[in-house]
Amino acid sequence: MATLITHSPILIIAIPLVTAFLTPLIGMANRKVRDALVIVSLAFVVVLVFALARDVVINGIRVYTLGATSPDLTIPTGFMVPVRIILEVDGMSIFMGIIWSIVSLAAAIFSLSHIASETGQNRFYTLLLLMVAGGFGMMFTGDLFNLFVFLEIASISGAALIAFRIKFADTQEGGFKYIVISAIASLMVLFAIGLLYAQYNLLNIGAIAQVIQYTTLDKIALALLLIAFTMKAGMVPLHLWFPDAYSVAPASITGMLVITSHACMYAAFRVCFTLYGSMLDAPVAGWILIVFGLLSMFIGVTMAVFQKDVMRFMSYHAISQLGYMWVGVGVGLAVLGNAEFIAAYGRDAMSGGIFHILNHAMYKPLLFFTGGALFHCTGTRDLTKMGGLAHKMKWTTILYIIGTLSISGIPPLNGFSSKILIYESVYQFHPILTITGIITSILTLASFTKAFHSAFMGAELPEYKEVKEVPRSMVIAMVILAAGIVFITLFPSLVVDWTIHPAADALIDQEAYITAVMGAIP
Amino acid sequence: MLSKIVRTVANQLILFILTFGLYIIAHGHLTPGGGFQGGAVVVSGVVMLLVAFNSQELKKSLRERLLTIMESTGALIFAILGFVGIGTTFFYNILVGSPVFGRIPPSGAGPGDFWTAGYIPPMNFAVGLKVIAGLTAVVLALALFASGEEVEE
Repeated sequence: MATLITHSPILIIAIPLVTAFLTPLIGMANRKVRDALVIVSLAFVVVLVFALARDVVINGIRVYTLGATSPDLTIPTGFMVPVRIILEVDGMSIFMGIIWSIVSLAAAIFSLSHIASETGQNRFYTLLLLMVAGGFGMMFTGDLFNLFVFLEIASISGAALIAFRIKFADTQEGGFKYIVISAIASLMVLFAIGLLYAQYNLLNIGAIAQVIQYTTLDKIALALLLIAFTMKAGMVPLHLWFPDAYSVAPASITGMLVITSHACMYAAFRVCFTLYGSMLDAPVAGWILIVFGLLSMFIGVTMAVFQKDVMRFMSYHAISQLGYMWVGVGVGLAVLGNAEFIAAYGRDAMSGGIFHILNHAMYKPLLFFTGGALFHCTGTRDLTKMGGLAHKMKWTTILYIIGTLSISGIPPLNGFSSKILIYESVYQFHPILTITGIITSILTLASFTKAFHSAFMGAELPEYKEVKEVPRSMVIAMVILAAGIVFITLFPSLVVDWTIHPAADALIDQEAYITAVMGAIP
Repeated sequence: MLSKIVRTVANQLILFILTFGLYIIAHGHLTPGGGFQGGAVVVSGVVMLLVAFNSQELKKSLRERLLTIMESTGALIFAILGFVGIGTTFFYNILVGSPVFGRIPPSGAGPGDFWTAGYIPPMNFAVGLKVIAGLTAVVLALALFASGEEVEE
């Protein structure tokens, strides 16, 4: 078991990668075996992630050096700086890993019947597993260039998956927009990495963080990195592609794309807190995140109110919810370096923002899955054409209600616990943040109630006489995420102590991240 | 389909292109190049055949199923070579010191020793296999789309 945990950072990335290339071979012979292989490998990854999470919380940061004589030999004998591929898993990385493993497992289970009528399923699962590997790579890597590589893997497979259902014309448009945005973002990241490499001859995040000077070139690199990652995460005003791409993908993929947005958000936090850290002009960077976060919250929800397409409507809500996290963590960034403010409210604001990532990662894929279930049964995404579906789809209705109450922050559900944490802490920073947050929350509840009413309530419509509940595997996938919501609702303090606080502390404590790679400074 | 002269020359030239591509793959650890570059050279030969003959003609000899198997096998060999050293660390070069690709080259200028670099040459072969199969499938699909044929699943 100890050996398994030692190697788990690379196994978590390598197992989906190997399975990705096994699926076409096995899929040729037998579809059932292929499906089982995909589910079993992702379930095993979930187990590994949880074992690693427990280890990271207890023993601190875990590094893994590929190709070295020992996994923790980050700097080879005779060298001054790290040259090998290094994975570095701290509280924040493993927190993102937990989310990604659960959602990708649920998405794979959901896909089993959601894409059952499509052609080219072998390729679908290959791309899905490649996307899983790319996402884990982004979260676990300790190296800027690998961050770029894994960002590309996740983006390209994501674009192919968005455009997967080639029988619909709008999927091609969505996939094209996504690949263009991803290409621009990853080229900007590559250019920024080039700027840093030219100055310091280093690529490792910890090693650069130790020597970074915050010169003009570094500022340009910071701007490029932040614009690229916020664009990929769908922050207003770079959100225009977001609903187009997310609403047309298969619902299971939309759920995963939400988490890739979170992964880009994680990369932005990693750049701000760990790469630049103490050298950063923290109040300016923090206020930039806060202002655009507020804009995302408010514009996202106001755009969502009048949407008629159920997936588009939820995509705009995703933009709005991402705003909460930018605001929460942005407040922490703005007071970074001031130990008094960090202790008073900065850490709580960051915990709230990070907690909201977890909650959002549970209820938003759940809502997207229910949207996909509606599409699966009715063949339309238009809310005005639906109605009375609660008579036929009892499970979907109940799960939709859980998701709705959670996203609107109704006590005692999990959305409430993270929102109250954000409201109370950012109020001490500036009251307007809390006011905007509460208004956004009210509008969220109002629009979701409207959507609920038009899709599920009312008398049975004659055209949906034949509609049945969705297949069992789709219900199981939704129940997995709903179980996550119920668990967080019942034990919020347990979740906060074991995952959220280690994640927030990992972001604040830049020293520990550097020391884990570079060794203690003599 | 182009004229008989072009087809005859293409038939003769493909051997040289394949040899050059395989040379670049095999010597990836000594000279510039490697799996991807050599694979791309081989596929440029396939593109030449596509131009000289036509896509329908080529489709008869290149089965989609075979290309899929080749591509997945290449990627799998690469990943499995990574797993071979997992007793120490992932990607640990266990072939160093062994008779296969295990020699330690002398430092300084020299013609280069082929049997060096551990499992980097096998990995180059694996990448080359994947790139040949993958890029061939891509150019063949593009040519078939351009000729207006429905590509079978």
